[in-house]
Formats: sequence, structure tokens, C-alpha cells
Amino acid sequence: MNRRSLIAGLMLATAFSATSAYAQTTLSMWYHGAGNEVEIKLINELVTDFNASQADWKVELQSFPQAAYNDSVTAGALAGNLPDIIDVDGPNMPNWAWAGYLQPLTIDETKIANFLPGTKGVWNGKLYSIGLWDAAISLVTRKSTLDALGLRVPTLDQPWTKDEFMDALAKAKSSGKYEFALDLGTAWTGEWFPYAFSPFLQSFGGDIVDRTTYKTSEGALNGEAAQTFGTWWQGLFTDGYAQATQDPADRDSGFANGKYAFSWNGNWAALGALAAFDDVLFLPAPDFGNGSKIGAASWQFGVSAKSQHPDGASKFIEFALQDKYLANFSNGIGLIPATPTAAAMTENYKPGGPLNVFFDLSAKQGFVRPVTPGYVVQAKVFEKALADIAKGAEVTATLDAAVDEINADIEKNSGYGH
Amino acid sequence: MAMISGDTHRLRLIVRYTILGLIAVMFVFPLVFMIVSSFKPDLQLLTDTGSLRAFLPVGDISVNNYLAAFRRAPVGLFIFNSVVVTGVTVVLSLLVCSAAAFAFVFVEWRGRDLILTIILATLIVPFETIAIPLLLLASKLPWIGAEGLTFGWLNSYRVQIVPFVADGLAIFLFVQYFKDLPGELIEAARVEGASWGQIYRKVVMPLAGPVLATVAILKFLAMYNQYLWPLMVVQEETYRPVMVGLQYFFQLNRAWGEIMAYLSLITVPVLVFYLVLQRAFIASIASTGVKG
Repeated sequence: MNRRSLIAGLMLATAFSATSAYAQTTLSMWYHGAGNEVEIKLINELVTDFNASQADWKVELQSFPQAAYNDSVTAGALAGNLPDIIDVDGPNMPNWAWAGYLQPLTIDETKIANFLPGTKGVWNGKLYSIGLWDAAISLVTRKSTLDALGLRVPTLDQPWTKDEFMDALAKAKSSGKYEFALDLGTAWTGEWFPYAFSPFLQSFGGDIVDRTTYKTSEGALNGEAAQTFGTWWQGLFTDGYAQATQDPADRDSGFANGKYAFSWNGNWAALGALAAFDDVLFLPAPDFGNGSKIGAASWQFGVSAKSQHPDGASKFIEFALQDKYLANFSNGIGLIPATPTAAAMTENYKPGGPLNVFFDLSAKQGFVRPVTPGYVVQAKVFEKALADIAKGAEVTATLDAAVDEINADIEKNSGYGH
Repeated sequence: MAMISGDTHRLRLIVRYTILGLIAVMFVFPLVFMIVSSFKPDLQLLTDTGSLRAFLPVGDISVNNYLAAFRRAPVGLFIFNSVVVTGVTVVLSLLVCSAAAFAFVFVEWRGRDLILTIILATLIVPFETIAIPLLLLASKLPWIGAEGLTFGWLNSYRVQIVPFVADGLAIFLFVQYFKDLPGELIEAARVEGASWGQIYRKVVMPLAGPVLATVAILKFLAMYNQYLWPLMVVQEETYRPVMVGLQYFFQLNRAWGEIMAYLSLITVPVLVFYLVLQRAFIASIASTGVKG
């Protein structure tokens, strides 16, 4: 090899290496966290780390405020303008997959073997999305409250029965110390209703839709169990235990101000309760006859159906599934990390940590909302029915009307592919 | 009798001003609450809502909410975007709609009444019904810019401006106003040899102050409050307007003080615009007239 060819070879090699540096393919990504300083900082760090970790892909992030995110994705899909990677709220995933917004994930599933069940977005037997965290709800109260009312502390293995729960509410009410016995968070509307309250219905033995076929709500939402649930739900308000309409300010600070004896609230609000009192307890959901249940599934990552680079998008998602990012997000925004190993790396969810109970709640009581594309409609119908019943609507007629509305929607959409 | 009449008059004045004062208070109090609350920490803000303290700048007063609002969202960018989109749309709309109305009122051409009827019929079509077809159209429109010929107008100022320049309501208001202008003015200008363009610029528009102010105010408010359309067509933060930006503050645990601070900030351009135009509006009325 003479000197000239050596120089030519070196120049070629330099050119190729330069080309590979410039050949980083851009992956667009949409995320719902705009306005949440900590969450945006964390997702930006994750993206920066991924971009620096390899030379093939470069993720470009576009953040949206959560309240506007779903509508933006729907509009983006209509305009054929979806990015490569999108995040999706767990219960919406089947609808987005059915509507053709998402494609099945092609990640190495051994990497998610130990993930909490609620973090896996599976529809029609295929994994469409995966979450770095889950959320859980508990019955928040104080040890001193239970002692003063003479109540036992329920556990995951031995939660309160329906009778014990109602006895607790009755004792709290008759103590005269609280404006209301129970803060249900009725000030929060939208997804809060099916997320927080449909597990009560499921614990009674009913459901929003018949999960064996997903083709009807008949019997599930208006059967005997659902009627019992509806009557019980209405009783919470007619008996003066809870408010059918609530001032948002009371939801934010009512428990801390001593207005309520019990608060049905999520792990995201738990640190606030801990700051307010030094004897806070996070109790499991009562068992109304068919086991204690709480809602599962939070925000998850997926790959848009229109993505030309599902391999790159999957690489990013696999990268994000590392325990250190799960722990970072948990430490930053208070959500439950998806794995026990990541939980052990966090301040709040490690064994003995102040919120560790939520990891167990999520693992043992977490129950995903109906896994069907029709859920987005069913959730709204369910919310309206519960709000109406809370305000005094006749239980049977309201549930029958809800069933008719859900069934009509399922029929209109040809069964949503079930 | 004169004494009784004077007392009755005074009593009427007192009653009238009391009622007007109460109405003014009803309109002003929400604004006072917003501004006062923007200086209070959340806990105090929520506690004060149950009393008159909600309208008083008392307690722990600071600008912390404003600082936090700027940390949470690019507030200045959102206000800039909204002012650009609104300002350009208002100016273009005044030009296009007044010119269209001029053609409908003063120029005779075949099909004039039919087309005006069709334009007025658009007033009964809610924007929501055409939003999706408009989105599909906007996502495929061509544009020649720095990158050459591209397709799709999403994520730009123009997609927030162009669809709202021509406005049936604005044309209707201009048409109604122009119809009331003395026909002799136009005839005199035509006799003097003025072109239609000259009549539009030098005769009609100088007399159109009140309707220009009215249309400008209506258009400004409609554009500044836009939410659905920018939500659909703008995915990049760079072009996001104030109303979509408001959603940055509605997290699960809401920071009400920051929300009030943000609302106070985004109200400033509206107040400035109104105050500026209020003067123009009064000046226009004062200077309008036809000499005999």
C-alpha cells in the first residue's frame, strides 16, 4: 500500500465515520408532562441519556399539557401527523390500538417480566404499551382516628369488610368531630370516577362491561350486584357520609384541615398527607364481597402505527425501562416504580419506606379497567351514572339507561373488534 | 311641587347609581379576586375564599406565584404567540371583510345577493362542525418557504391565522354599517372620477371608525380566546397560544395561585387592546359626519 492509497483510505474512513455520526435517525416523541417541572426535567434527562448512549437514533421530544394531550393525539392521528413514540394513559391504550394509532411493541419481554401487572398494556394478546410506573389508591386516615373510634387497622390480608367499613363511617359521623366521614374526591371529574370508584363496583361483583365478551354491559352494570352497589353508593350521600358535590379546595386540603375522617385518594397525594400528620395510615380498599380492588394502569409508552422506525422507538422504550429511570421518576413525581428492584432504590417505596404500602397495594389489589376500545365511552357513561345516582337519581333506571347507552355504542362500533 | 320633584329626581339618581354600582361590582369582583389571589400562597388563597378577605390584598403577599408561573411554562412566549396571531388576524380581517362588504354594498355585479346570502348562512355553522375537515385541509396545504415547497400547515402561525381572516359576522357588520352611509357621498366621488379603490380608501374607510372598532374588538376576543383549533393544529410549544398554555397549570394538585398569576398576565394584552380601541372608538364617533 503506497502512501497515496493510505491517505485515500484514511480520508474514506474519516468520511464514513463522519457519515455515521450524521446518520443518526430522528425519532419524534410526544409526552403529556408539560407544566410539570420535575416530570419534564426527568423525561428530558432520559432523552438526553438515550441520545448520548448510541449513535443510531436521536429522540426529539415534544411535550403537551396533560389536559390537552389526548385531544392533541386524536387530532394528530386525523392529520396523519403522529410521532414515532407516544405515551398513552393505560385505559385508553386499547382504543388507540383499535383506532390504528399504535402498533404492537417489539421489545424484549423478558425485560418486563418483573413489572407490576398494571404497567403492561396488553390488548388482544399483544403488548402495545409499557409503563415505568403505576398509581394506586388507598383509604387515607390517621392512627389516632382509628384509636379514637375504636376501629381495628385493616391489612392487605385482612381488609375491612363492607360492614366494618360502614361501621367506621357511622362511628366517624356520630363522633361529631368531622364535617363528613369520607372524602371521595367528587370534586375531581373525568377519569377519576371510573378509576377510583369502578373497583368498588367490581368488589361488589359487578363491572362496567361484561369482560367475558366485551360486547354488552347487560348484567354487569345493572345486575343484582351492580344494583346493590348503586344503592350502597347512593347511601353514602343520603346518609351524609360524603358529599355528592365537593369544593375543589376541600379535596386539596380538607383531610389535612381535619374536615374528613377518611380520604379515598391516590399515592400522588400521599406525601401531602404525611406532611400534615405524623400518624397517617394508608389502608387497603374494603372488601365488598369479591375481594379488595383498586384501579391500575397509568401512563405508558407506545409506538405509533405510522412510525417508520419501530426498531428505534423500541430501543428507546427498552432503554427507558432501566431501574434507575424507574426510580428517578418515582423519586421525582411520587409514582410507584414498576419493579421491586427499582422500588428498593427509591426513598418512598423501598422496604420500610413511608409509601412502600402502595407498592404492595398495586401488586395485590391493582385491577385494570375494562381492556376494550369502548372503554373511553364506557368511562364517561359510568361517570355520569354515578354522579346522577349520588345526586339522587333512581338507581335501577339510571343503571339500565347506562347499560343501554354503552350497548348502543358497542353496537354502533361493530363490537370494537371483539 | 318643585321640591318634591327635586327630591324624586335625587332619589331616582341614588337608586340608579346604586344599581349601576352593584352591577359594576359584580363585573369587577372576579377580576379583583383574580389579581389579589395571584399574590397569595395556595393555602391562604383557599382559606380566604370563604370570606371578604378573598378580595383584599392581605396576609402573606408576594410575587412568588408569578415567578413560579414563569418557571412552569414559557408564559412570555405564549403571550407573544397569541398577540401575533390575534393582531395579524384582526388587521387582515378588517381589510378583507371591509373590502368584501364594500363590494357587496356599493358595487353592482351578478350574483352579489346570492353570494352575500351564502356568506351570511355560514354564521349558523358552528366552528366545531367544520374543525375536522379544516384540519384535514390544513394538514395538506402547500407552502413555499425557506425549505422550498412543503405540504402541510401544521405547527405554524399561518395555520392559526388564515382560516379566520374571512369572517361572515364581520362582513355582515360592515355591510350593515356601509348601507347606512349616505349614497350621495359615493355618487359625488364617482362624479369626481374616483375609482372604486379610491372611494374605498378615501371616502368609506375614514367614515368606518365605529364599525372597525366593533369588529376589531369582537375579532380580538374570539382570536385571543382560541383553544380548540390551536390544540388541533399546533403540536410544537413554539407556536402555542395562551389558552392552550393555561392547561400547563391544571396538574392533579392544582396550584391555584399560579393559575391566578397566569390569568392576570394573559389579561393584560386584552385590557391594553380595549383601552386603546376605546379611545379610537370614541374619536371615530366624534369625527363622523357629513357636511351639508
